Amino acid sequence: MAVEARAENTRRVLDVAALPRTVFGNQGLIWWGTTGFMVIEGSMFVIAIVVYFYLRLQVRDWPPSLPNPGLFYGTANLLTVIVSLLPAYIAKKKAEAFDLAGVRLWLAILVLFGVASVVLRFFEYFTLNCRWDDNAYGSIVWLLLGMHTVHVATDVVDSGVLLALAFLGPNTNNRFVDYSENSLYWYFIVAWWIPIYLTIYFMPRWL
Amino acid sequence: MIFRFGGDQSAFDPHGPIARSIATHGWWLLLVCIAVYFIVMTAFFIALARRRRETDDLPETSARLTRNVGIAVALTVLILIGIATSSVVAGRGLYSPSGAGAITVDVVGHQWWWDFQYHDITPSDVFTSPNELHIPVGVPVVLKAMSTDVIHSFWVPNLMGKRDLIPGIVTNTWIQADEPGVYRGQCAEFCGHQHAHMALQVVAEPMDKFQQWVRHQREPASEPSTDEEKRGKDVFMQSPCVTCHSIRGTDAGSHVGPELTHVGSRLTLAAGTLPNARGHLAGWIVNSQSIKPGNRMPPNALAPDDLQALLAYVRSLQ
Amino acid sequence: MSDFVHPIERRMAFTLTSEERLRRQLADTWYVPRGIVGWFSVADHKTIGRRYIITAFGFFIFAGILAGLMRIQLAVPNNHFVGPDLYNQIFTVHGTMMMFLFAVPVMEAMGVYLVPLMIGTRNIAFPRLNAFSYYVYLFGGVMLVATMLLNTAPDVGWFSYVPLAGPDYTPGKRADFWAQMITFTEVAALAVSVELVTTIFKTRAPGMSLNRMPLFVWSMLVTAFMVIFAMPTVVLCSTFLLLDRTVGTQFYNPAEGGDALLWQHLFWFFGHPEVYIIFVPALGIVSSIISAFTWRPIFGYPAMVMSLVATGFIGFGLWVHHMFATGLPALGLEYFTAASIVIAIPTGIQIFCWIASLWRGRPRFHTPLLFVLGFFAIFVLGGLSGVTLASVPFDLQVHDSYYVVAHFHYVLLGGAVFPLIGGIYFWFPKMTGRMMDDRLGKVNFWLFFIGFNVTFFPMHILGLEGMPRRIYTYPDSMGWGTLNLVSSLGALLLVLGGVLFVYNVVRSYAWGLVASDNPWGAETLEWATSSPPPVYNFLHIPVVEGRSALWNRSPDASVVTGIRSDVREVLLTDVMDAEPVTVTEYPEPSIWPFLCAVVTSAFFVGSIFTPWALPVAIPPLAVTLIGWFWPKKRDHAREMEEHAGDGTVPPEGRLRALREARA
Repeated sequence: MAVEARAENTRRVLDVAALPRTVFGNQGLIWWGTTGFMVIEGSMFVIAIVVYFYLRLQVRDWPPSLPNPGLFYGTANLLTVIVSLLPAYIAKKKAEAFDLAGVRLWLAILVLFGVASVVLRFFEYFTLNCRWDDNAYGSIVWLLLGMHTVHVATDVVDSGVLLALAFLGPNTNNRFVDYSENSLYWYFIVAWWIPIYLTIYFMPRWL
Repeated sequence: MIFRFGGDQSAFDPHGPIARSIATHGWWLLLVCIAVYFIVMTAFFIALARRRRETDDLPETSARLTRNVGIAVALTVLILIGIATSSVVAGRGLYSPSGAGAITVDVVGHQWWWDFQYHDITPSDVFTSPNELHIPVGVPVVLKAMSTDVIHSFWVPNLMGKRDLIPGIVTNTWIQADEPGVYRGQCAEFCGHQHAHMALQVVAEPMDKFQQWVRHQREPASEPSTDEEKRGKDVFMQSPCVTCHSIRGTDAGSHVGPELTHVGSRLTLAAGTLPNARGHLAGWIVNSQSIKPGNRMPPNALAPDDLQALLAYVRSLQ
Repeated sequence: MSDFVHPIERRMAFTLTSEERLRRQLADTWYVPRGIVGWFSVADHKTIGRRYIITAFGFFIFAGILAGLMRIQLAVPNNHFVGPDLYNQIFTVHGTMMMFLFAVPVMEAMGVYLVPLMIGTRNIAFPRLNAFSYYVYLFGGVMLVATMLLNTAPDVGWFSYVPLAGPDYTPGKRADFWAQMITFTEVAALAVSVELVTTIFKTRAPGMSLNRMPLFVWSMLVTAFMVIFAMPTVVLCSTFLLLDRTVGTQFYNPAEGGDALLWQHLFWFFGHPEVYIIFVPALGIVSSIISAFTWRPIFGYPAMVMSLVATGFIGFGLWVHHMFATGLPALGLEYFTAASIVIAIPTGIQIFCWIASLWRGRPRFHTPLLFVLGFFAIFVLGGLSGVTLASVPFDLQVHDSYYVVAHFHYVLLGGAVFPLIGGIYFWFPKMTGRMMDDRLGKVNFWLFFIGFNVTFFPMHILGLEGMPRRIYTYPDSMGWGTLNLVSSLGALLLVLGGVLFVYNVVRSYAWGLVASDNPWGAETLEWATSSPPPVYNFLHIPVVEGRSALWNRSPDASVVTGIRSDVREVLLTDVMDAEPVTVTEYPEPSIWPFLCAVVTSAFFVGSIFTPWALPVAIPPLAVTLIGWFWPKKRDHAREMEEHAGDGTVPPEGRLRALREARA
């Protein structure tokens, strides 16, 4: 069965020339790639938190013969990333309106917040009050924090590269889709910080 | 088809209540499976071989096929419910014995041997029986299983299903033999180089003989009587043997390897790998690595006279 | 989009000349690069798919040879063909290679090759990621082969239980290589799965609504979702193992609050869906073959689809049936018995619908159908032995014995490999343009079928006679010698079958009968284009009119127009009903995915030896990623055209007018 032409004929066609070439959100492919990645990484976070609770059930004291993690830097980080949701949201809106100046400004602010978060994260490790090789508690706490750190660092670099591209160009229509979807990844990172923060910093105090 | 369902280590040759319950259930399972397989394959072959008719592509035929598929699914569900029920019923009593008068033995797994520890109220009466578990006939024996290194699995198919030995956890199971005999078991969880040679013997005896055995095991090692045996004991105490093996009643007290207090009366050596005979014992002592490569016992180069004396002493430890 | 723009239905004139011009332009645009650099730059799904399939079969042969060595060692009691150390490496690498480097990748590869063709699009989504995933997979496999050749292969079994695989009991790098190999294959499989989900949901030809998708495409969709939800767990647990072994974490150390059973829970939470990841695509292949050789659509399409989806879901709730002997609470175990039994129901529905399909049509007994018949005979038996294993009391006798070895070879070889080989015979004409020899194929089938049963059926009995698995030898007194010898002789037949298969493939590739577009008269879209397909897949993207895309095609069926053929434009459609939504541009071939895979692989291997691997890897990784993603004029030619060059971007409305004026 060949989809070939007969000599000098007309045939029925579905003409898609008028369709838009730039679409935002789940109508386009970038959203699906980003979402797929978020589902995968999200699954890993879920399992890691489940492991935390599984290990908690193995012992009587928690943390076992160690002090609770210090609250200051973790909470400061939490506040920082929650506030950073605003520039992420505005950057997304500017991108969807093809507002290049707006994108440049708010993406830059987002990157600044991201860098601040990474710096605070650096200090968090020192106030966890445990080492990864102390015991299983130390191991899972460092792992949870480490996994999240990898994502924050990656997104900061990601956003930084996009920021550079926003200045260097070329800013085609579809580049604005990239700017818009970038905020999605940032939402993901902030959203996951909340349960991970509660797990690391409050479970030892509540359980 | 060669059926050897009788004989050593066969799940379909039960000699105790647990294995019997499982075997009965197992026969039902296999019968149901064979029946289902034949029915499905018959339908399959008929579908392949039948002559096509004009009516095959009509909607009425589709409706009839839909109904038949529905019936097949319903039958499947019923059969599966039956299997699940049978399984739950056969599983009752798997975990702890209902009978009274249970004895408790600790099963401690090592790479690549078993230690069966019999506890008693008097601490001095505790003894261990490496690789050989003696139980009284008709009495449930509760087993508390643990491991000192990696995961092993205790399995004596003629008597019971397996139970894993997991470091950091104590797992529980029980065993009971209804007929006297010697039943072979084997480690059933890959545990390293010599997993293949980690067998055990379960010796089921009438209660009076069992208690006689227990009393004997409690006694310290017999003193050497002949000159050769005395020399052998000296060889033992002065060679690397004492770094791993203990003999109650002597100065040898290391628990790294199996205890040798009554090794002469055991059925096998090296966790069921060798019969307990003089020649095999000699080969094991001199170069166990050639028999069970990778095991923890190093080769021992001994002068021939020393070896003969040592053999005499060790074999005297009845 | 607030206002949805609809495509326009009209009539258009075609001539032979305009068709020829289109053909040449598409071939130019979608070119496959040549030369050495070009070979590593390819991002075409058919080329990458073929490479994946060939590589996977390479691993299959290597792992098969290892199995042959195992059977030689076990043929007689107290054998000295290989010692325990080598035997333990052999059985570990056999299982690991078969599961991680053959079975999952080859099924994903069939999807990578066939899905874009079956749904009527020009390439897989994220084509550079597709290329990257292949190289990462290849390097991971090469690493494992290297360990085997250097006598430093993992030797703790394909599921690597702790504490045996932990730092205390397996010193050295062996288990580290195993854990890191997981990372390689998992990255590749996850990447391909995201591509498949995106491709299937977003790039189907117009008119191919979800309920008109071929069953094979459904099976790949379900599989891709299973990979996305299952593989993260094995990433995590193998990472824990690697961390325990390299930097002193205590995840699995009971002395410091860790747990040996945690490994088993995590591994099997992945491990059970893993076998369905291998098996579900094979179900799709069986459907494709049965419909083609009965010239009927498969009976009960909605039930078949729901069975695939149900299998995918239920498969996540079974994992503890691998742990029945560990002493977990009884009530919990009963739940897993029930779930493990329930999953037989959707599989049973599929079997019954296939029987109904065979009932109606007149089967034509070519080689692909023979392999499907072999699948029935073998897989049904394996499924039944699986149901017996779901019963806790019975399992406590046969767990970790040769009965289980028999079971999983029946379901994996019978349930997945037989359909796969049948699929190769079936799609070989499409992939290469030549038919495989049918007579040799029939001999091939009988060698495999008889060889398989002679090898593996006795193992059921051996397990019931108390033979544990993973033992390098056994004593003469156990009476296991005869059946082991029979099994080893059966393996010889399997080897002969394998040799014949390879011979048939090579010979047919060179001298086989030239194949037409649709030699089998099958119903799905891949058969609507030439054999092998042109690099752009279809001259015109078809508009699909029914479930059997080719059998339901009217003479005046519509095709898509309005997509440019001088740039790599691809139509995106709606998830549910494949209504056209937008047109996107796919990137050109590029060497950067390959280079990025090289750096990534070096980082993975290096990190086994030193934590410095991470900081050392980051700069080159950044360079390759920038090279990969940096926008080049070539890559987004159409967009670059529309870009005014002064920092401003024409709004979408003006672009549309420009496009229409040009058309």
